[in-house]
Amino acid sequence: MIREAFSELTKAIRAGTFVYTGEIEPLKTTSLEETLETAKILKGHVIAANITDNPTAFAYMNSLIPSYFIQKEIGLEAVYQVTVRDRNRLAITADLLAASALGIKNVLALSGDHTTVGDDPGTKPVYDLDSTALVDLLRKMVDDGTDIKGNKIDQPPKFNFGIAGNPNADPLDPEILKIERKIELGADFMQTQAVYDVDLMKEFVKQVSRLKVPVIVGIAPFKSRGMMDWMVKNVPGIVVPEDIQKSLLAAREKSKEAFLDENLKIFGDLIKEIRNTPNVSGLHIMTIGFEWIVPKLIEKANQ
Amino acid sequence: MIITIQKPDEEINKMIEGRDRIFIIGCGTCATECQTGGEEQVKDLKNKLESLGKKVTGQLIVESVCDQRLTRRDLRRNKETVNDSNAIMVLSCGTATQTVSEISKKITIPCCDTEFIGTTERIGKFYERCRACGECILYDTGGICPIARCGKTLLNGPCGGQAKGKCEVGGWEKECAWIQIYERLRDEGRLDLFKKYRPPKDHSEMASQREVIFR
Ligand code: SF4
Ligand code: SF4
Repeated sequence: MIREAFSELTKAIRAGTFVYTGEIEPLKTTSLEETLETAKILKGHVIAANITDNPTAFAYMNSLIPSYFIQKEIGLEAVYQVTVRDRNRLAITADLLAASALGIKNVLALSGDHTTVGDDPGTKPVYDLDSTALVDLLRKMVDDGTDIKGNKIDQPPKFNFGIAGNPNADPLDPEILKIERKIELGADFMQTQAVYDVDLMKEFVKQVSRLKVPVIVGIAPFKSRGMMDWMVKNVPGIVVPEDIQKSLLAAREKSKEAFLDENLKIFGDLIKEIRNTPNVSGLHIMTIGFEWIVPKLIEKANQ
Repeated sequence: MIITIQKPDEEINKMIEGRDRIFIIGCGTCATECQTGGEEQVKDLKNKLESLGKKVTGQLIVESVCDQRLTRRDLRRNKETVNDSNAIMVLSCGTATQTVSEISKKITIPCCDTEFIGTTERIGKFYERCRACGECILYDTGGICPIARCGKTLLNGPCGGQAKGKCEVGGWEKECAWIQIYERLRDEGRLDLFKKYRPPKDHSEMASQREVIFR
């Protein structure tokens, strides 16, 4: 059974449009101002924006609230990210019911970075469900109209839901098998972690193509030299090819502007490669803190 | 085995403040192997207490303190000295300390921190292997327990945090349990088990003080 397309994102993917999605990070604040400003910048350039759920285990504003407001105030569709790190199946089910009541149409099921990497490492992690079980919960809610235990839901939610995939995964085989496990449970789409290496990206897309799931490939340009160094040093799962690092460093030696221009060139080319790769449905651009680069990037890639 | 480590002196010193007649109990099983509650550690504690001006009323090593029968018997044999004490210090796991406390009705001082159920590579190298989840899935996971060994206790790993087979939790130093499970099942030709979806655990059994009663 193919699930109905409830969201604009899923409708566009199914219509064969190459989709762009962005990402917004709510912060440790009670103000929605920045979130809405960011949504405004992204609107018109991306079809939907992911709202992160306590990213890297920092307690930020509950992602449901900005998800609702960017849809209502800005008219930008949200991909409501839900991690299984902070809530048990009871709380997640409750939040998903609320999300549907608020008009959320896309959910992304995630494990979430471990609490020990967060800003209060002593926090008790939950992991009552894992991200695969969350996909199972979503499927049951949407397709069967029940919670994960089988208890009936009155007016079940209408979501399309996605999973994450990691093209940088080394070894790759268990990652592919895990993705397959989730696809068999009924995920509608996949968004990937940031890729920098075209060959890795192509190999990954090739391997998942047999699973027939729309793949939205992630990219994360570098806001600054500091961010690049941090990623290379602290995120062992991410492979940034030497030549990319070198050309960016050389540009930074010249000026900040040159660094950004080089970003545009490198990531513009990368976007072109991704767009020309068979079986890629779209691009997920992660640019926390410098969203203004998104329109420029897409423009560059279109040249 | 139950792996224990010794509590720091400061913490112990606080608990024995004002208690001047102390009975010491060590354990002949796990705590002896961990070198936290064997002959030598009991002797060391005795010396330390005496140097602090405390009277050690008696000391003994119970074969397995967690076995109520053995502890009750040994305490009875030492009834007078135990009664003469105003605290019992237990050099063993949390179960042992509670067993002594229940039977003796004395103020009981835990001298060890109970770490985990683990395996011994050699003395001084112990690794967690089981969280007593009550529903063992080791057959499905190539004999590697994801509950004890996956940083996120995932039943359907690996997560996106593994890198080159190392675990995100703790900064990519330890093995990712799910990559180990994958490799093991692959080598055994059982990858169908790896790919299988394992629904979330039923935690209702763990909800209250667990008991095993069959007679
Ligand atoms: S699955 Fe793991 S935690 Fe559960 S009983 Fe087996 S070894 Fe212990
Ligand atoms: S890296 Fe592996 S062991 Fe660590 S949390 Fe993720 S799946 Fe579990």
